[in-house]
Amino acid sequence: MIPEFGQFALIMALIVAVLQTTLPLVGAAKNIPAWISVARPLAQAQFLALSVSFGCLVYIFIQNDFSVLYAANNSNTRLPLEFRISAVWGAHEGSLLLWALSLGVWTSAVAIFSKKVPDVMIARVLSVMGFISIGFILFILVTSNPFERIFPAPLEGRDLNPLLQDFGLIIHPPMLYMGYVGLSVAFAFAIAAMLAGKLDAAWARWSRPWTSIAWVFLTLGISLGSWWAYYELGWGGWWFWDPVENASFMPWLVATALIHSLAVTEKRGSLKAWTVLLAIFAFSLSLLGAFLVRSGVLTSVHSFASDPGRGLFILIFLVLVVGGSLALYAWRASAIKSNTRFSWFSKETALLLNNILLVVATATILLGTLYPLVIDALNLGKISVGPPYFNSVFIPIMVPLVALMGIGVFVRWKQDSIHRLKKHLLAYLAISLVLGTLSTMAMPTFTLGAMIGTTLAWWVVLNMGSSFKQRFKTKAISWDGLKKTPRAIYGMHIAHIGIAVFTVGVTLTSIYSTEKDVLLIPGESYSLAGYDFKFIDSKRIIGPNYEGERAHVIVSKDGVVIADMEPEKRIYTVQRSPMTEAAIDAGLFRDLFVAMGEPRGDKGGWALRLYHKPFIRWIWLGTLIMGFGGLLAATDKRYRKAK
Amino acid sequence: MLKIKFLLPLIAFVLLVALLAAGLSNDPRKVPSPLVGKPAPYFELPRLDDPSVKFNPQMLKGKVWLLNIWASWCVACRAEHPMFNQLAKQNIVDIVGFNYKDTNAEAKAWLRQLGNPYSVVVTDQKGLVGFDYGVYGVPETFFIDKKGIIRYKHIGPISYKDLNEIVIPLIKELRAEK
Repeated sequence: MIPEFGQFALIMALIVAVLQTTLPLVGAAKNIPAWISVARPLAQAQFLALSVSFGCLVYIFIQNDFSVLYAANNSNTRLPLEFRISAVWGAHEGSLLLWALSLGVWTSAVAIFSKKVPDVMIARVLSVMGFISIGFILFILVTSNPFERIFPAPLEGRDLNPLLQDFGLIIHPPMLYMGYVGLSVAFAFAIAAMLAGKLDAAWARWSRPWTSIAWVFLTLGISLGSWWAYYELGWGGWWFWDPVENASFMPWLVATALIHSLAVTEKRGSLKAWTVLLAIFAFSLSLLGAFLVRSGVLTSVHSFASDPGRGLFILIFLVLVVGGSLALYAWRASAIKSNTRFSWFSKETALLLNNILLVVATATILLGTLYPLVIDALNLGKISVGPPYFNSVFIPIMVPLVALMGIGVFVRWKQDSIHRLKKHLLAYLAISLVLGTLSTMAMPTFTLGAMIGTTLAWWVVLNMGSSFKQRFKTKAISWDGLKKTPRAIYGMHIAHIGIAVFTVGVTLTSIYSTEKDVLLIPGESYSLAGYDFKFIDSKRIIGPNYEGERAHVIVSKDGVVIADMEPEKRIYTVQRSPMTEAAIDAGLFRDLFVAMGEPRGDKGGWALRLYHKPFIRWIWLGTLIMGFGGLLAATDKRYRKAK
Repeated sequence: MLKIKFLLPLIAFVLLVALLAAGLSNDPRKVPSPLVGKPAPYFELPRLDDPSVKFNPQMLKGKVWLLNIWASWCVACRAEHPMFNQLAKQNIVDIVGFNYKDTNAEAKAWLRQLGNPYSVVVTDQKGLVGFDYGVYGVPETFFIDKKGIIRYKHIGPISYKDLNEIVIPLIKELRAEK
């Protein structure tokens, strides 16, 4: 009964979504107050129906009801409870339901937390979000129903893909989806403003906190995915420029641009048309990502269930949503009159440059991701575009962007003079160069790349510190003054410092990492980057749904024992797939990483892969700091005011 | 009054949709190989374990065998490798490893780490023979029957599902032929 009930709830959600799309929209157009006011209750009703439906699917997995095809394919009675729950979004059907549920969460949040926004505006916003919801619920019901039954029911399920049986994968998809779907809020506000024909600064102010929160989720979601790939795949890498990774990174870049251009539109009333376009782009790229991942047009190491029928559905939906909004944009943006001017040296210009760099970076990634499709469509063969392309086009765009950060933070709105800032900037550039050079000299070898990376990081940190201090002018920094400083100011400075930390991590890890494949028999050791890895032995282990071998490796430096490492090689019994559980000794300045290869010879020898990864934690530390900054900015009181 | 510059995003999007629609009708994994149904191109290549010894396809005449194109720099090969290890344990087919555009040292290290399911590994460092086989991406796997005819070409990594649903049934079918 539960599966049927879950499906029924999903159909109810669809019906409510249709009402939520139509009634408020017509009400807003014809000014019928009763129809406008149903938007909020309908949004809550839709959220309730989606929650019930999702709850049913979770219950099916907890109860091991293998008469449901999706559960039978992705779960198993021997799977631990937490993984039975996360298995709900372990494959295509359930993760789409999670997508729909996230949209429900955002819609409900907009309905609750936008009391100060005029009802007509909210009616239109919720109507746009309802339309997106219709698309996704229909997609689930028509092509990917998670509640489908099989008869006869199998006694045992086929188990969750072992790669996904991991803590990181329990929270990575929900975070990522909250980010993707969260971009629909800014999108809906932009569309609503265009529908109303009021493209002023108000919609930008209302959208800002929502965009920041969505950006925080996206930042954390992507970096969780990267962290998971690092420790679970056992290749020692943290980013692979895989199409699916790109699909999540492109919306992030555009959302970052959007956060900055929303600031210009809200504060100065400039870049109005551009900001609307970015809001459309950010969400469109989320949808495009869904298309690329789910349709199977591109090959990726992320093997999701994909088929062309599903791809066609998403493509049609994409045409309706994106094509519709761009047509609306062509019509409405023509009417915008720009009445503000800014000089070439102003904060507006700096933020516009930021936008240009971010959008160009997105375009190069989009090009690299779609290039195999273009070549294929033109019948020129099949190719794949890899990290060499992405690294060589992406990094040159990021270097000026990070350099710009240090300047942009000081430049005044509307008009400023280079003369005013010249002295300060040159002094800080000199200090950063010295500190960057000194930092690089502390590394094993001196490389130009590391010097540029660390100099940029110092440049950003020093300028952020100085910019923060300038808020107090000549006064001393007081507790009272700190308390009065708006959260958005804290958030902005902290997030940029996060970028600096991230830059250090990326630069030093990619330049100074060392790795070695070695064959060791028990008792032998190998020295890598000054660390002695001694292979003690390897033992047989039996887990709840796997069996395997666990090695014991003792790492010492200059005779002092530093870490006991126990990497594992597991065979998951149901799918017979082997998995490498790497052992990692994490540290702020370096990670040591041991992964097991294959047994060798008859003396108990094993092929082991050893890594020394300096500063790799700084990559994720940087993203955490960015996320924290974004959270502070999003919760600033100023955005909760009506005007 | 419509301004052209505001129409540009829409025009760009229409082009993108046309591309995506074309992409839907093309399966990236399905490339018709003109070689299917034809004899496996002849080659003589040095063995990885002893470059002074050469291998040629004639040596496996009368047997069903697989030619698996791989390289140590290929991430997808790493993903499919355990499947070959499993297949090798079943002892139903000879798997010839074709090490493509790689160095011998790295190829050997790779096999030491991940296991060696191959009956023999040949090396094609310059990719000259790979050209005859129409290799454009790694990994690829050719299925060759007892008469030395290529019967099927699998593009991209072999998954656990492919192994059980395509590879093993096809090997059994080819083995049953005279």
